[in-house]
Amino acid sequence: MNKYLKYIFLFFFLIFFQILILNNIEISGYINPYFYIIFILILPIETPKWLLLISGFLLGFGIDIFSNTLGLNAFATVLVSFMRPVIINLLINKNDLENIKIPGIKSFRFLTFFIYSLILILIHNFTLFYFDSMKINEFFQTFTKALSSSVITLVLVILSDFLFSKRY
Amino acid sequence: MKNIIVFIIKNKSFFLFILLETISLFFVFNNNYYQKSYYISSTNNITGYIYKISSNISGYFQLKQTNKTLARENAKLLSLKKNSFLINNKYDSIYKQQYLYIPARIISNTTNKRNNYLMLNKGRNSGIKKDMGVVCQNGVIGIVKDVSDNFSSVISILHSKLKISAAIKKNNQIGTLEWDGKNYRTGVLNYIPTHVNISVGDTIITSGYSFIFPKGIPIGKISKFKIKKGKNFYDIDIIFFTDYNKISYVYIINNILKKEQLDLQTKSQNE
Repeated sequence: MNKYLKYIFLFFFLIFFQILILNNIEISGYINPYFYIIFILILPIETPKWLLLISGFLLGFGIDIFSNTLGLNAFATVLVSFMRPVIINLLINKNDLENIKIPGIKSFRFLTFFIYSLILILIHNFTLFYFDSMKINEFFQTFTKALSSSVITLVLVILSDFLFSKRY
Repeated sequence: MKNIIVFIIKNKSFFLFILLETISLFFVFNNNYYQKSYYISSTNNITGYIYKISSNISGYFQLKQTNKTLARENAKLLSLKKNSFLINNKYDSIYKQQYLYIPARIISNTTNKRNNYLMLNKGRNSGIKKDMGVVCQNGVIGIVKDVSDNFSSVISILHSKLKISAAIKKNNQIGTLEWDGKNYRTGVLNYIPTHVNISVGDTIITSGYSFIFPKGIPIGKISKFKIKKGKNFYDIDIIFFTDYNKISYVYIINNILKKEQLDLQTKSQNE
């Protein structure tokens, strides 16, 4: 019970944090961290696939409602939640996986967690930015934007895992 | 039949994935249609109130800047007052008002997406309708897209689909203003023919050729321009006068004669 409450609290906290604070941050017109995706990254390993997908959809949709981009964030987050088990299976072998409860630097070790977050964040940001732009002649411009905000998001995710990983 | 059901149950997460992505895509591509109007009236009220609380707090930090702009604007208006003129013949028999301004506060604003929107704290109850123009003292903000009772959402000029008819102030040459998505401080002006003389620093204003914005609202100035080989039009980059990240108060323009203008236009186009 307590565990579920924690995640529900985190869910709403991340949505409001994204909407009210992170969406107002902007460096040179390029970088805007999409930190809320950390919710999908740190859900317990044992979370069933359907629950991952549903929570991804709700998370993305929550962001969409506030930012007038109906369906855009939902599409990207559902894609990330679908890819998550695939990436985990690729990076970690089954025997090790049995001992791991929650993805994090401690449980995954730094390099694996770094690659795991990097891949999922890249998927998320590139879908988001290309879907938003939808113009071939802005290909490279969108590329730099997506890449730079992926880097910032990744830094935030790694940092917050360092800071808060003991608590959940 | 049994096999199909077994197959679906076995791959239920994959089908759920497809279903959710389809729903998302449906929302993305139907953003302008009917459920939007439902969504705007029900959800916008909730999101609107949350944004309002947040902007009530952050508004305090901008008070100084806001006061400064308001004072400057007041001074400008005072100079337009009747007693500031030596000879005042404004009250002619053909004098008629066309534009009314409604003040509003921005409660949410983005500049970092490719397609940006704003939300204002006034809506249908204050007489705001779809397709009205939104300006600030030194620039064009956008066009009202949807209204609910207490809020309205505005397509920002920082949007891939918004094009505004703009003119170069010194020679009245008409072009189209767009945002290329690179930087929220700069935009591009298209369709200025190469035989026209322009120079860096020329002021860009609204042309008044749409029914939305009156003529002469300042937008920005030319920062650089070039002619590409074989093209008839300049490539002009402009810098907006307004920092769209810092605005907090705007005016919504109500064109009283819009209906008359539109009627006339459709009439002459039908003939």
